[in-house]
Amino acid sequence: MKYVDEFRDRTVATALAERIKQTVTRPWTVMEVCGGQTHSIVRFGLDSLLPKDLTLVHGPGCPVCVTPIGLIDDAVRLARQPGVMLCSFGDMLRVPGSQGDLFGAKAAGADVRIVYSPMDAVELARANPDREIVCFAVGFETTAPPWAMAVVQAKASKLTNFSLLVAHVLVPPAMEAILSSPQNRIQGFLAAGHVCTVMGYEEYNAIAQKYLVPIVVTGFEPVDVLEGIAMLAGQLEAGRAEVENQYIRSVSRQGNRQAQAIVDEVFEPALRAWRGIGAIPRSGLQIRSTYAEFDASVRFRDVLASYGPAAQEDPECQSGLVLQGLLKPMDCPAFGSKCTPERPLGAPMVSSEGACAAYYRYRGTVRGKA
Amino acid sequence: MLHILFVLYAISHKHCSSGEIPTMNGNKSFEPSCPLPSSDKKTVQLAHGGGGRLMQELIQDIFVRAFHNPLLAPMHDGATWPVEKGTLAFTTDSYVVRPLFFPGGDIGSLAVHGTINDLAMCGAKPLYLSAGFILEEGLSLDVLQQVVNSMAKAAQAAGVSIVTGDTKVVDRGKGDGIFINTAGVGLVPSGVRIAPTLIQPGDAILVSGDLGSHGVAVLSVREGLTFAGNVESDSAPLHEVVGDLMGSGVDLHCMRDLTRGGLASALNELATAAKVGMSIDESAVPVLEPVRGACELLGLDPLYVANEGRFVAMVPESQAETALAVMRRHAVSSKAARIGVVTGRHAPPVILQTVLGTHRILDLLSGEQLPRIC
Repeated sequence: MKYVDEFRDRTVATALAERIKQTVTRPWTVMEVCGGQTHSIVRFGLDSLLPKDLTLVHGPGCPVCVTPIGLIDDAVRLARQPGVMLCSFGDMLRVPGSQGDLFGAKAAGADVRIVYSPMDAVELARANPDREIVCFAVGFETTAPPWAMAVVQAKASKLTNFSLLVAHVLVPPAMEAILSSPQNRIQGFLAAGHVCTVMGYEEYNAIAQKYLVPIVVTGFEPVDVLEGIAMLAGQLEAGRAEVENQYIRSVSRQGNRQAQAIVDEVFEPALRAWRGIGAIPRSGLQIRSTYAEFDASVRFRDVLASYGPAAQEDPECQSGLVLQGLLKPMDCPAFGSKCTPERPLGAPMVSSEGACAAYYRYRGTVRGKA
Repeated sequence: MLHILFVLYAISHKHCSSGEIPTMNGNKSFEPSCPLPSSDKKTVQLAHGGGGRLMQELIQDIFVRAFHNPLLAPMHDGATWPVEKGTLAFTTDSYVVRPLFFPGGDIGSLAVHGTINDLAMCGAKPLYLSAGFILEEGLSLDVLQQVVNSMAKAAQAAGVSIVTGDTKVVDRGKGDGIFINTAGVGLVPSGVRIAPTLIQPGDAILVSGDLGSHGVAVLSVREGLTFAGNVESDSAPLHEVVGDLMGSGVDLHCMRDLTRGGLASALNELATAAKVGMSIDESAVPVLEPVRGACELLGLDPLYVANEGRFVAMVPESQAETALAVMRRHAVSSKAARIGVVTGRHAPPVILQTVLGTHRILDLLSGEQLPRIC
């Protein structure tokens, strides 16, 4: 398959692994930001091709994983409201809140729909004028443009039954939060290729310069990830801290200006709580007041307020440490015992981009096994 | 000779014997007799399952006309036939699929192929099927006719007869158009033994063709995924290729048809049952380009996607090439491939060698595969 097979080529991958081995002369710890990259690393066993001195740490780039438990509870509560049809990407349905997950709500009679595109949800709103269509808008910068487009379309179509429960988060503030932590041990980043496809990578220059860390915008296929690591290792060994682009077939310096413009039209940065990590200033998106009628947190303010303060996360779940790269999934005491995909304590065990899910699915439950 | 009675409700009476008629709002009310709506209605009515004249018309006009055969003709409570000495195989499966019609098949042909394939995996020659229908009130009779005709056509093509059946009608909103259950009886030739416990370390692991087409075909029409538009379901009967394999002298240790859960689930089940390990070469597993493309876009793994006309077989290494040659003679298994080898027992039992030459486990899936966010 074009654009896939050449990036899973064994000969090319082996040569890149050899180049990394030749480059690395001392210990380095680097983080792949995106959960898609984490899954590629674990699924294809890329870490087993790397020199021992190079440690890969899995980052917070799983939007499902970082969605706070309070927002998941809000989604479940709205789904249970009479007349509401709750639309979500499939990934979100298994993530546990304090009162169960959206699959549980669906089984109990709530109308929960999996959508493949935000525009599908707009169509559902058109086709069901007597229902309230609430969309659980989850994601990083990558999925913000289509949700913004859906709101613009809904307004243009004069739809009065369409709203978003927004859980969107932004990557650069999370990287800064990790780098400014006293416990930080990350010396370089593989930045998330698809986020940069939308946003470009100019905003990463300030981070690279401020924290003296090299950042390589990297794709998701095995050859992409290995090439990104090779570029990162080259910078680290040479003492450079620059922003480079490995994913040139998708990412430009400026990114997609049109997509950025529509995001800016509908959303604005806001303080956002990250599950297991805490609140980070300007790390999320919220709907601007000019589109307030499409904001489910405004539209259903009274309903959501009636439930009182947000629930606390399960203290046994150490996903916050996993998401900051401070704990390997299989080193969590609950991994594979108290926490499994069937009975998860936290989102990283069930999201298709979650680090715990990747280890459980591709490595099994033998703790400490590489 | 021994006569056996196949004890399933025939397509006949019995459906309104209690006089308990479901009402429109789903509550049950007791009425002295079945209502008899006009028989010129073009949709399924509750009375079509009510035991009265309308039901008899439905049975005669649709089911008997399509399925007619000597064992069904007596219209008794069950079908009977003489049997010789030997081993019978008996299986059942229920079919629910949305939409009812999809590229390469429909719920009717699926209900015939699926049960035939379960019999074939036992090494049996399929003989007779039963067909139980749960119809939703309001279903178009034209749709029912198409499904029943498709079943009849699939059964005839496979050389099996549908000899008994049953119909029930549920309130509108309580079904999904049509649910079908088929059970099947087949004859296992003497001396044939096929079972997971016969799988031996060293056996070659073969698949009969490309994987994932059925799941992607159904998903593409259900969700309107135009990018996967030309993928057709692999739904097909497998008993002929299996019969040919057995006739060619290949020592089939075990087979399994790859349905829900795909190849990965079948291998895990078999390896666990046989107390062996399995090693699979990812690059040897055949998957059509459009299926791979759709799976890549949606974040699905074709090794877990459903098939309805594919099977995996474990045969002695020395007979692997013979078995592949036999399989490739049949259109349904023309893309048969050797994908791995049975090893000694280890946990987890199934290991995949990736396209890069690294290794990972191929585990049972936890729940359904869900499309990813980005």
